[in-house]
Amino acid sequence: MKFTEEHEWLRVEGDVVVVGITEHASEQLGDVVFVELPEAGTEVTKDEEVCVIESVKAASDILAPLDGEIVEVNDPLVDEPGKVNDDPLEGAWFFKIKPSDLSQMDDYMDEAAYKDFIG
Amino acid sequence: MEELKQTALFDLHVELGAKMVGFAGYSMPVQYPLGVMKEHLHTRQAAGLFDVSHMGQVVLQAKSYEDAARAFETLVPQDVLGLGAGRQRYGFFTNEAGGIEDDLMFANRGDHLFVVVNAACKEADIARMKAALAPDVVVTEITDRALVALQGPAAEAALARLNPAVADMAFMDFAEVELDGVACWVSRSGYTGEDGYEISIPETEAAGLCRKLLDMDDVEPIGLGARDSLRLEGGLCLYGNDIDASTSPIEAALTWAIQKVRRADGARAGGFPGADRIYGDLAEGVARKRVGLAPQGRAPMRAGTQLFAAAEGGDPIGEVTSGGFGPTYEGPVAMGYVGAAQAAVGTEIFGEVRGKRMPVTVAKMPLVPANFKR
Repeated sequence: MKFTEEHEWLRVEGDVVVVGITEHASEQLGDVVFVELPEAGTEVTKDEEVCVIESVKAASDILAPLDGEIVEVNDPLVDEPGKVNDDPLEGAWFFKIKPSDLSQMDDYMDEAAYKDFIG
Repeated sequence: MEELKQTALFDLHVELGAKMVGFAGYSMPVQYPLGVMKEHLHTRQAAGLFDVSHMGQVVLQAKSYEDAARAFETLVPQDVLGLGAGRQRYGFFTNEAGGIEDDLMFANRGDHLFVVVNAACKEADIARMKAALAPDVVVTEITDRALVALQGPAAEAALARLNPAVADMAFMDFAEVELDGVACWVSRSGYTGEDGYEISIPETEAAGLCRKLLDMDDVEPIGLGARDSLRLEGGLCLYGNDIDASTSPIEAALTWAIQKVRRADGARAGGFPGADRIYGDLAEGVARKRVGLAPQGRAPMRAGTQLFAAAEGGDPIGEVTSGGFGPTYEGPVAMGYVGAAQAAVGTEIFGEVRGKRMPVTVAKMPLVPANFKR
């Protein structure tokens, strides 16, 4: 698993990368009440805003961590945004992206580096 | 930056694991480990304890309550003189333009007037009162008492464990009550839409008394985050967001808080700042009005969201002044100002969120029915 400075986690599954937010991020956000997902089939570029999540406190964007195509989104999250707090690392993945250049993964932190990053 | 002030309950908040933030010059708990959502729901289901010691507590002392009341009526459009002893009322300071300088609670304490004002405005409020009312009225800020609120359907049972007499208080009653041997000033009121009490406690006793309450199974500490979502569902104004120096009380849908005796045809009409504007608004109607807003989708419409009459085109007809997610309402809730033409309950308008116009219905306030002890 890799981690971005935007507190996203990336997990490689075959030729796609699953993306969610970290436990740390979900704790910082507070209770998540709204999730807006992209449409499957959307071509995205790295650092483009692809999802919106809103907590009881504020709205935040989720950025595409890689260039590629969104191939699947986690639709049930829209009806159950609280899953982002309950199960951020498994059930509350946001989307799966088919990267056009998997080497972009190398830019991101491993778990130890991410733990240092969040202190 | 000026250092944040601490309330008498600061150490208790930290011990309870609160996340502290700066608010109106004070370090205040925004949430506890329970989190905003569960704190909100707990308050509506049982009882929540809030530290509101940052608010200003002020005593107005004259020769008699009547003298203090008459003087105070030169600053507010409320019936202060007619308020019975041991009773409390909602009010607001107005300015010459008929805008609201701050909203407040005032109580008839028999021989004096007790006023609670917002933290962010308290210095200006006290200066205003001193400038306008001295020397006949002595204006004293109470700085050695904490102020807490105990809110929710279990508040009565919880506080009655410390003194059963509080159960006999009616909504907006105000009394000096001994709680666990401590002389407290207690009112049956709050800022959540729930039954409950606001309790002024000598600072040295505040943490001890709060611990007694928090030891009870049905009482949890509640932070500013849930305080905001509770008052929003309750349709209650936040000064600085929903009302300010440019909003008249008529625009703000606070006409109910101007008693008959202080209206244009009342026995004590006028005599407060901005009376002409306010009476004009009452007689002629207003161009914009504060309304409740129920977004139809799931996306919260936060303060600053522009409102439109149609799904496309046109200039904004208003703006959301407070908005977020209502945990009890189980959806987004908001309030804001709209044009008179859109102010009727049930009117469908649109709020622009991230560049998209989303439907929102003008709704009766409060969006979550109040649960006061009448």
